[in-house]
Amino acid sequence: MNFEFSEEQQFIRDQARNFLAQECTTQTVRAVLDTEAAFDGDLWQKIVELGWTAMAIPEEHGGLGLGYLELCVIAEELGRALAPVPFSSSVYLATEAIKRWGSAEQQQQYLPGLASGELIGTLAHWDGLGGVSNGKHSGDNDGVRASDGKLSGCKWPVADGDSAHFAVTSARDESGELRLYILDLEQASVTRQVLPSVDPSRSQARLDFEGASAAALGDGTVGESELAQLLDSAAILLAFEQIGGCQAAMDSGIAYTRERYAFGRPVASFQAIKHKFADMFVALELARSNAYYGAWALSSDAPDLPLAAATARVSASDAFYLISKENIQAHGGMGFTWEFDCHLYYRRAQLLSAQVGTAPHWKDLVAQRLLHAA
Amino acid sequence: MDFEDTPELADFRARVRSWLDANAVRRTDQLFMSMEGEEAFREAKAWYKAKADAGFACLSWPSEYGGAGLTSLHDVVWAQEVENYRTRDGYFVIGIGNCGPAIQHFSTEDVKRELLPRMASAEDVWCQLFSEPSAGSDVAGLRTRAERDGDNWKINGQKIWTSGAQYSDYGVVLTRTDPDVSKYRGLTLFMIDMRQPGVEVRPIKQMDGGQHFNEVYFQDAIIPDSYRLGEVGGGWTGALTVLMSERLAISGIQPTGFPQFLDLVRSLELNGEPIADDPIVRERLATWYSQYAGLQAANKRMITAVAKGGVAGAEASLGKLVGAVMNQEIANFCCQLFGPAGIVSDENLSPERGHFQHAVLFSPGVRLAGGTDEVMRNIIAEQVLGLPQEPRADKGMAFKDIPTGPS
Repeated sequence: MNFEFSEEQQFIRDQARNFLAQECTTQTVRAVLDTEAAFDGDLWQKIVELGWTAMAIPEEHGGLGLGYLELCVIAEELGRALAPVPFSSSVYLATEAIKRWGSAEQQQQYLPGLASGELIGTLAHWDGLGGVSNGKHSGDNDGVRASDGKLSGCKWPVADGDSAHFAVTSARDESGELRLYILDLEQASVTRQVLPSVDPSRSQARLDFEGASAAALGDGTVGESELAQLLDSAAILLAFEQIGGCQAAMDSGIAYTRERYAFGRPVASFQAIKHKFADMFVALELARSNAYYGAWALSSDAPDLPLAAATARVSASDAFYLISKENIQAHGGMGFTWEFDCHLYYRRAQLLSAQVGTAPHWKDLVAQRLLHAA
Repeated sequence: MDFEDTPELADFRARVRSWLDANAVRRTDQLFMSMEGEEAFREAKAWYKAKADAGFACLSWPSEYGGAGLTSLHDVVWAQEVENYRTRDGYFVIGIGNCGPAIQHFSTEDVKRELLPRMASAEDVWCQLFSEPSAGSDVAGLRTRAERDGDNWKINGQKIWTSGAQYSDYGVVLTRTDPDVSKYRGLTLFMIDMRQPGVEVRPIKQMDGGQHFNEVYFQDAIIPDSYRLGEVGGGWTGALTVLMSERLAISGIQPTGFPQFLDLVRSLELNGEPIADDPIVRERLATWYSQYAGLQAANKRMITAVAKGGVAGAEASLGKLVGAVMNQEIANFCCQLFGPAGIVSDENLSPERGHFQHAVLFSPGVRLAGGTDEVMRNIIAEQVLGLPQEPRADKGMAFKDIPTGPS
């Protein structure tokens, strides 16, 4: 048994960490947060040059042909740095969908551009309010209809929907089946509207389609079960972004409370504060361990991948919420200022727990998958 | 990443499995085990002796001390396999898990060869005597005195919360040998023969009505100097070895209550509907499962670290903390779920034969035994995260001058 990343994978992680420590400080994140910019173009270009967008794409399509474990260690570092780039949309979602189910022609058309970073893709799936209520999973895409290769309706929120070149989009076809389509977002019959959100360091959009041209993904039968698989793998990769963010937030709180004195001693020496950090550590270790198991399940296509993905997701979302909020608390009043970085982690925790579905959605999936397991 | 055994471990696992199939009952075939009295204890000793005769006891101990001379990875394989069976190893965990490693580390060769093989085969049962009425979380504040008497030591004082003392032949006891120096420096660790006139064991009746723990009184009890573990005044170092082993020994077997909860969710109907369909039950199931699965995966990471030559550190406190809290929360949730009938613990009327009602009453003890939740958090904060210690009012003071409060 070897339940740890290999030395090569840890080397990739160290390289990524050093690179992002230089190129993506919280000032970099704030530059996107404070402006209208959808993402940091310079940082994106450097990430592309390092080959991260090409990592899990086969060599025949211009990629590096590495596996999911390598992508997981990169994800953790992007999460730690709160990187303001459309990596998750383009790599975990759009690239994966086309790589897995796209026709040979679609793979040829999109994968080389995704690998080289010239193309940015995203997933347009949710359509407005709703996750799980009364045991029913909503966001069931009555919002967009497909007919004769044309899509009509509305999707929101779509991460990076304002800057992506295309979206893998879910829609109901004439017989009411959910299907996935590839949709060029730069066509006239697509209207994009930037939406304000709790984490402006990453952009969200509303997309309106009025008879927009779309091609069915793959052979035209790609639907519910493939979408679930896509969201499962993205959930594991996002869990790594979440644990990276957890670690960074916790580290910043520890550093601050060790140096700040009250009543003549370090704030970190009070048990009320120490126990808070102990609870954060526990949540993070559980989340990290579940994420590792998810990484293993993803890389080996294990039978319990769906349960492992949902578990990693629930654990990581709970941990990042806990750690980002208690980090503000441990910082005291300074934690509530714009100047301190605490809010960047808190915002990102909210954002990441919303992407690919919120906690109630994934908790229900854990229950479903656990109870249906033998 | 992979979960494959090496060929040697795979072969070992197969041998373990076939021996267990022949000598133990699968959990799935027997849901409950009656846990009562002398009869259970005799059965447990017989089972452990058979296990030792088959070469499966103390796998990572050297063979001259009664072990199998294998590695800690063999221990892990055994633990993974035995989890599927109902066994009565609980009586021996403290001796073999906590005391054994310290004895191997601190005792003389002659004593090790005399005592360890009998511990390893469960012929002798051991207990651990640290806590005292006035020394719980602050265990180094203990007052049981050990005084030199020629080649012997004379012991006087009282211990408390001693699991299994009523069954024990020997114990590892932490004593004060010098009250004139600071509290950590005046301690000495010994082994003690529990079957002597100066040792009296009295059971404690717990809040749940059970009697798992004991008080132990020493009145001029005698320990030969050859039973000393480590230097005079060096007892705290030895005690830390025992406590660290304890956390490791229990980290794999810490009850969480989750498997019983999952069984309940799979089987129970209330008001004509399966509780598995209830959104509140599903939310709790998912939250606790994600913690339970996280503990299991964290354990695999720890095993990997140990296999690579690292030591399992204070991270083992995590399993204790999470499991103990979850255990109580699950028990309370289930009793609430049953409605007014939730207070009834009749084993014919209550789901899982009253398990959850029993757990409601027993679970507070799990959060205290083997280091309280608060001590676990301090260990994590100070030893893992490196946060500064709370200032101590007794720092640098001679033990005898430390304030003890009104008595």
